[in-house]
Amino acid sequence: MTFNLTVSPDFAPDHISGWYFFNTWLQRKLGVGIHLELYDSFDAQREDIRAEKFDLIYANPYDASMLVREMGFQAVVKPASKSDETIIAVNAESPFHTVEDLISGCRVATTDDPDVHTMGMIMLESADLDKNNTEIKQHSSYVVVAKNLLNGDADAGFFLKDAYDELSELIRSKMRVLVSSQISVVHHSLLVGPRMAEHIPAIQTALLTMHDDEKGKGVLESMDIETWEPMDSEQTEFMIDLIDTLID
Amino acid sequence: MSEQDTGEVRTVEIAYFDGTKRTTDIVDREVPYPDGKLIVSRTDPQGIITHANQAFIDMSGYSEDELIGTNHYILRHPDMPAVAFKGLWDTIEQGTKWHGYVKNLRKDGAYYWVKATVIPNIRNGQLVGYTSVRRKPSRSKIVESEALYKTLLAEE
Ligand SMILES: Cc1cc2nc3c(=O)[nH]c(=O)nc-3n(C[C@H](O)[C@H](O)[C@H](O)COP(=O)(O)O)c2cc1C
Repeated sequence: MTFNLTVSPDFAPDHISGWYFFNTWLQRKLGVGIHLELYDSFDAQREDIRAEKFDLIYANPYDASMLVREMGFQAVVKPASKSDETIIAVNAESPFHTVEDLISGCRVATTDDPDVHTMGMIMLESADLDKNNTEIKQHSSYVVVAKNLLNGDADAGFFLKDAYDELSELIRSKMRVLVSSQISVVHHSLLVGPRMAEHIPAIQTALLTMHDDEKGKGVLESMDIETWEPMDSEQTEFMIDLIDTLID
Repeated sequence: MSEQDTGEVRTVEIAYFDGTKRTTDIVDREVPYPDGKLIVSRTDPQGIITHANQAFIDMSGYSEDELIGTNHYILRHPDMPAVAFKGLWDTIEQGTKWHGYVKNLRKDGAYYWVKATVIPNIRNGQLVGYTSVRRKPSRSKIVESEALYKTLLAEE
């Protein structure tokens, strides 16, 4: 039986090959066939996840909630010291210097990344802004969000902090960060579905020692992950409860 | 910082729902909510604190050791009407999510406003506790809440 792996589409394009190396490495370790499928769009991916297409998912925290509570997935590891944080940025020349300076009617550039969008909207609340008094436009990537800020087509943009930090120096020099979230307990995780549950102990052992072998270490580097850390069910439930409080 | 802050210190007795009381100094000084942070705590089903994140520790002014094992009412500010917390408990005991604006009392007597959400933590169908996550409230919501709580308090 071949299993199916997918990866939340919010990583930088430079790391795509890393996930192919990861898949090859993992198949050898486990001695099972795994097919990797990548997506550009969160929505298209979520549809296929709901259709039970996948057995192994590197998921953003928002999807982890659905996978665990509704689809019987189990989180097994998370990347060490990598939390998902959101940035609200403006054009460097923008008259807005704090979130509270943003006003009703302001144009917000976002992506279909559900975590970042949710957290971005929460950070706008302190300015009395919500979806009813802002003009929200969804773009295909963070680079496009940045372009919209640079050419004046948006007043504020939402970014995954990791993605913001990976934008070119030139682009970043033309933007200014209004606020950066510091939540630290919300992060991506690797989840295993019911069809693959019997492999969980082997997956966890392989991943937790991945940085010890030469090949594994190289693969981790290409994914921009230092090491994996174990995740138990209470840690997962805690993160999901927290995300629940952020969703209306 | 609220424009009406006077920095005035008054000594008050706070009476809790469980019949206990404490006398403490209240300072009319707002500590601004830190940008980008979430203040997180968890309690057991009775409201005894079992977990507090660093932002909670920083904003409340208590150490982690002082918080864990303590009733969450340690943050109760005398300007908060009892009816607000009755609404909170009635909602979460029914298993549903509660949202509200809360003025909290710090260890040093100063205060901070939050927009709080409390949800029940269900594991294998059992209630094991509650999680509260607070975020930065807007100035206009604080002003509205101040007026509302003043009215409600006067009626108690
Ligand atoms: C998870 C959770 C978090 C709470 N957080 C606060 C809080 O931040 N501030 C507060 O005054 N009360 C909070 N409460 C409510 C207190 O338990 C308590 O009802 C309130 O302080 C009023 O005290 P009293 O009910 O004894 O009069 C929280 C309750 C729960 C279950």
